[in-house]
Amino acid sequence: MENFSGQLINLFAALLLLISFGMLSQRRVLSLINLFALQGLMLTISTVIVAYSSHQHHLYYSAALTLVLKVIILPWILHRLMRKLNVKWDIETLFNIPTTMLVGIALVVFAFNLAAPISMMGGAITKSTLGIAMASVLLSFLMMITRSKAVPQVIGFLAMENGLFFAATSATYGMPMVVELGIALDVLVGMFILGIFFFQIRETFDSLDLKHMEKLKED
Amino acid sequence: MEILWILVIPLIGGLLLALFGGQRFAPELNSIMSFGTFVASAFLTVRVITDGPMTALNEQFFVDSFNVFLVALTAFVAFTTSLFSRPYMRIEQVHGKLTINMLRLYHSMYQLFTFTMLLALLTNNLGIMWVAMEAATLTTVLLVSLYRTPASLEAAWKYFILCGVGIAQALFGTILLYFAAEKVLGAGGTALLWTHLDAVKTQLEPTVLSLAFVFLLVGYGTKVGLAPLHNWLPDAHAEGPTPVSAVLSGLLLNVALYAVVRSKVLVDGALGSHLAGNLMMGFGLLSVVMAAFFLSRQKDVKRMFAYSSIEHMGLMTFAFGMGGPVATFAGMLHMTVHSLTKSAIFFAVGHATQKSGTQLMENIRGLITTNPTIGWGLAIGSLAILGMPPFGVFASEFLIITTAMHAYPWTTPFLLAALGVAFAAIFSRVQSMVFGETTDERLPHPPALVPVFVHLGLVLLLGLYIPPYLADWYRQAAALIG
Repeated sequence: MENFSGQLINLFAALLLLISFGMLSQRRVLSLINLFALQGLMLTISTVIVAYSSHQHHLYYSAALTLVLKVIILPWILHRLMRKLNVKWDIETLFNIPTTMLVGIALVVFAFNLAAPISMMGGAITKSTLGIAMASVLLSFLMMITRSKAVPQVIGFLAMENGLFFAATSATYGMPMVVELGIALDVLVGMFILGIFFFQIRETFDSLDLKHMEKLKED
Repeated sequence: MEILWILVIPLIGGLLLALFGGQRFAPELNSIMSFGTFVASAFLTVRVITDGPMTALNEQFFVDSFNVFLVALTAFVAFTTSLFSRPYMRIEQVHGKLTINMLRLYHSMYQLFTFTMLLALLTNNLGIMWVAMEAATLTTVLLVSLYRTPASLEAAWKYFILCGVGIAQALFGTILLYFAAEKVLGAGGTALLWTHLDAVKTQLEPTVLSLAFVFLLVGYGTKVGLAPLHNWLPDAHAEGPTPVSAVLSGLLLNVALYAVVRSKVLVDGALGSHLAGNLMMGFGLLSVVMAAFFLSRQKDVKRMFAYSSIEHMGLMTFAFGMGGPVATFAGMLHMTVHSLTKSAIFFAVGHATQKSGTQLMENIRGLITTNPTIGWGLAIGSLAILGMPPFGVFASEFLIITTAMHAYPWTTPFLLAALGVAFAAIFSRVQSMVFGETTDERLPHPPALVPVFVHLGLVLLLGLYIPPYLADWYRQAAALIG
């Protein structure tokens, strides 16, 4: 049983990583939001499996929190924003997808190496997934760098939060509940502020393209 | 009990001002709430002086000599800034730069920002500290973009994304710390409590902790404004309203550095080596040198003083990195005097730019004739921040540099060169702003600049004489930090 759930967790962790790569190469903003929701769902499922196999009951709560926040509320807000801002069908021209993917693979290798000595010490059945968590954090980071539009950058940011959450679950069976609630609150408030922000940016620049926002630099 | 008041007053203030922040009396209400917080922090300070360190509310909060002086400083500067913001924001409103709703947002967020900083300082839980630091970013993002100009939106976006990504690294660091702590303290609530971690720090797994510290330093270091992670800082300071620049520079940077130093104590205990200190010294030295050279190229007065903040934060990080009783003492003294001086400078600069209608230094001239109070405030403040004796900044910089000469002689030329360059850059600019020829009329009514002179008076006092109990605190805290 232990072994089986371990396998299942690995499966979902692998799917999580796959979705990270999918997000890296996705041009359509709408699909990006759906991928983000799907990633949240993978996170929820793997958290439930960890909770079930390790008998850590507080993890059920954090799984529920993830489900509500990252699979339902955040994608809903994002969809709504897309509709309101009328950028639903936006397609972004991405710089050289194959190169980005290759850099992504290098990052995954790097993450696994970095995580190896730490996951050796882990007592949790999920220790092998710490590398995956780290890799998805780095991939989200890469995604934020390669995007030039506001909404995909924010999705990258939220995906990074997913990766961190996964790291917390896999390394330590989750953070203390009060901290997790605080983090969830921050993410939610942050999303609201970003929503307001999108409107301000659009009002001022007539688009959500961050190319217009490169005036402030040292010359 | 006092701790509860310190946190509850700004929280209530934030809610009240969210409702009434656009009313005529809102600026006064804002000052009253900040004053209440300050009084509560004074009571807490007295209590800690008499009773020593304490924990409260099921060990969730923790006060010792290190954070109590930061709490008092934060509450004090937040109060004086709210006094300064009263006439300043009124004039902005008269100039038509702000609407009623923007003012409401401003006042409410000002109180909530104070709340998040005080929470970050007082909490014993490193996870909550992270949450509070992130919340501090969130409350100030909309303040940076308050004027809705293209430049301010860009600055706020940069601030949000860079600090958000930075602070995400700190979360990873916190997770790793919890991972190591859980093995010693067991899972659950207590494994992230700083007092518990401090008690068992020698048993924590060194490999994990060194990796955790790298992430924590990069994460919170982004908020401290350490080079090369400082890009958000000059923009956010230059584009936001001046009271926000004053509290960002004077307070938020300190709180972020506090988080780094708290983590350093744990890592030092676990590693038994100087790795954490070396990393901090490296980042600090780089910030000092880099900021000094960027300083001389600035045209915008608030940007220039923002770079000066990077320089001073670098100096403090360097001092804490060196460690030892003298350097740590100097670091804490520098935290205090920098935050007082820099906020005073921003007050004076705020009035100067408001009067001239521009932030470009070449268009600000002859402050001493148009308005002697602003002129003298800016001139004296700049001399103080440049480390001229007899101001407090001189004392702390002197201690830092003499310690560096003993312990790490190779760093002294870099530090001295950077301080020299910064001196030349700021001094020449401020000189022409204050004494230059001008055709502007003398202002009919001088602005109220009491906070400027109160701050500068305190800095002068700290340069001449450090009260024994304050020195005792710094010493106790230095012994704690090591």
